[in-house]
Amino acid sequence: MSGLTLENVTKQFGSFTAVNNVRLTVPHGTFVCLLGPSGCGKTTLMRMIAGLDLPTSGAIRLDGADITHVPTHKRDLGMVFQSLALFPHLTVGENIAYSLRIRGAGREEQKKRVDELLAMIHLPGYADRPVAKLSGGQRQRVAIARALAISPKLFLLDEPLSALDAKLREAMQVELRQLQQRLGITTIVVTHDQREAMTMADTVVVMNGGEIRQAAPPVEIYRRPADTFVADFIGSTNLLDFTADASGTAAVLGTPVPGLAVPAGLTSGTISVRPEEVRLTAPGEGAIPATVVFVRDLGGTVETFVEAAGRQIVAVSMPHARPDMAVGENVGVRLAPDACVVLKS
Amino acid sequence: MRREPPQKFSDYGPLLFPAGMLIVFFVVPFTTMIAVSFFRRNPAGFYSPDFVFDNYARFLSLFFGKVLGFSLGLAVAVAVCCVVLALPFTYLLARSKRRTQVFWLVALLSVLSLSEVIIGFAWSTLFSRTAGITNLLVTLGLMQEAVALNPSFGAVLTAMVYQALPYTVLVLYPALVRLDPTLTEAARTLGASPLKAFFTVVVPALRNTIIATLIMVFIFALGSYLLPQILGRPQHWTLSVLITDQAIYQSNMPFAAAMAVFLVLVTLGLVALTVYAGRKGEAA
Repeated sequence: MSGLTLENVTKQFGSFTAVNNVRLTVPHGTFVCLLGPSGCGKTTLMRMIAGLDLPTSGAIRLDGADITHVPTHKRDLGMVFQSLALFPHLTVGENIAYSLRIRGAGREEQKKRVDELLAMIHLPGYADRPVAKLSGGQRQRVAIARALAISPKLFLLDEPLSALDAKLREAMQVELRQLQQRLGITTIVVTHDQREAMTMADTVVVMNGGEIRQAAPPVEIYRRPADTFVADFIGSTNLLDFTADASGTAAVLGTPVPGLAVPAGLTSGTISVRPEEVRLTAPGEGAIPATVVFVRDLGGTVETFVEAAGRQIVAVSMPHARPDMAVGENVGVRLAPDACVVLKS
Repeated sequence: MRREPPQKFSDYGPLLFPAGMLIVFFVVPFTTMIAVSFFRRNPAGFYSPDFVFDNYARFLSLFFGKVLGFSLGLAVAVAVCCVVLALPFTYLLARSKRRTQVFWLVALLSVLSLSEVIIGFAWSTLFSRTAGITNLLVTLGLMQEAVALNPSFGAVLTAMVYQALPYTVLVLYPALVRLDPTLTEAARTLGASPLKAFFTVVVPALRNTIIATLIMVFIFALGSYLLPQILGRPQHWTLSVLITDQAIYQSNMPFAAAMAVFLVLVTLGLVALTVYAGRKGEAA
């Protein structure tokens, strides 16, 4: 099949397992984000895809061919490094043309392609400038253009935007996504920024401890996290204990939530409820009794912290949609059954 | 840290010590040498103060021209050999494990503790017919019979490269350690084999360091006068050997001083030329 396939890829450094038995399929032309905290193995996984590190076991296939042992320079890929790694002794144009020069392309051909790429990254006429004279955002674009010069089969980016300031980063995320869509190139980005992943990716791969915890489209990762790690890592959430009886009726923090479907045989566990799905009402039948402990009014949204059965629950609402509540007031927490996600423990 | 230009004369105080040292140990001896190079030689005694160009005129002969040419050529050869050998070695060393690095750096430093005389005689033994390395090759069946490899140009070059190599590695090492390893990785992802990446990225990125190292080894090799005498034939003697000979054995201090001054001028000229060429190449 066309695209990238990782088959049971494992990487060990001495006794430390950096990547453990990873299986992943990236169909041709999709945009995948490897997301996780530092040390989760995402960069090691990308280095193995690039051929800069060899897997301890497992296989990597690109368009059906096994490339596990193909050296980096024969893989026809483009990679953007966290440090960008622009060649300081070359000009912008020479940097972009490097992969063409190495492959023996003629001067005319190199110049034509460099002009094309400079137009694509909105830096026309920059070919003769030294890279040291560029701003952070411009260097970023040059690194992207250099990686795309040969129209690679695979476009890899390792924390590409981490050096930019917040505003520029957001703009570059959109730009990068649009560029990828236009070129239809299979792209893998390593990031620890979930906003970045949510903005750009077709598929977000959440990793922790060298393993893939969930691989799914961004919205699904947010709405239906697979386990407590994913639920907690992506956005903020309320993790609440539940119990279920033999008939399948579940109770959260002791209060039954009708309609909450629990897998058969499960008697207790954890659910995730996003703060914006938590509704606060007056105490009453079917509501979890709670006390308001803190209110954070941010203008655009209001975060209400309540305590129920010794657990803290956060509710986020629009200012006008929220009844007036003061600290110390008794309220009821209502959970819509379809907003509760039962997590794998 | 705040930096501002010195206001009062006393602000220059910290400079007094280095300035004094420079005057006593460099300016005074060097000026004396320049003065002596214009003195008249007194065959009976030593020399008498005068202002003549005889010493420089005598120097402008084919014989001394050849010796000067050979000295400069030898120094260039040593510098090039050292950098060509040391650059790949130091590159690999800078990327190896910490323990390996420490081991090699200590080994190189211990070579530096050897005196030129010991290096010279050690190599002359190694190159000899009776106890030299050719005996080893005969034992291995690679050669028919043992031969003497010295005195020869190759022997002089080998010993001088051996002597200068530790300096070369130690000068290149910091620059190579600081070199961003992702530069070579980037080159590899862009289609360059490791060897191509070395020549298209590492070498050009270190261009200024390499030029500086070449100049340093060149000047270091230019002053060598023992090794050519121990391992070379008279035609392999450098200008430094002749200067020593004139100054110590012929008691012709003015002529020795003139040769020394000339050597310094030629060296400065060559270094300036190299730096200028390096600047120009960078601008292009």
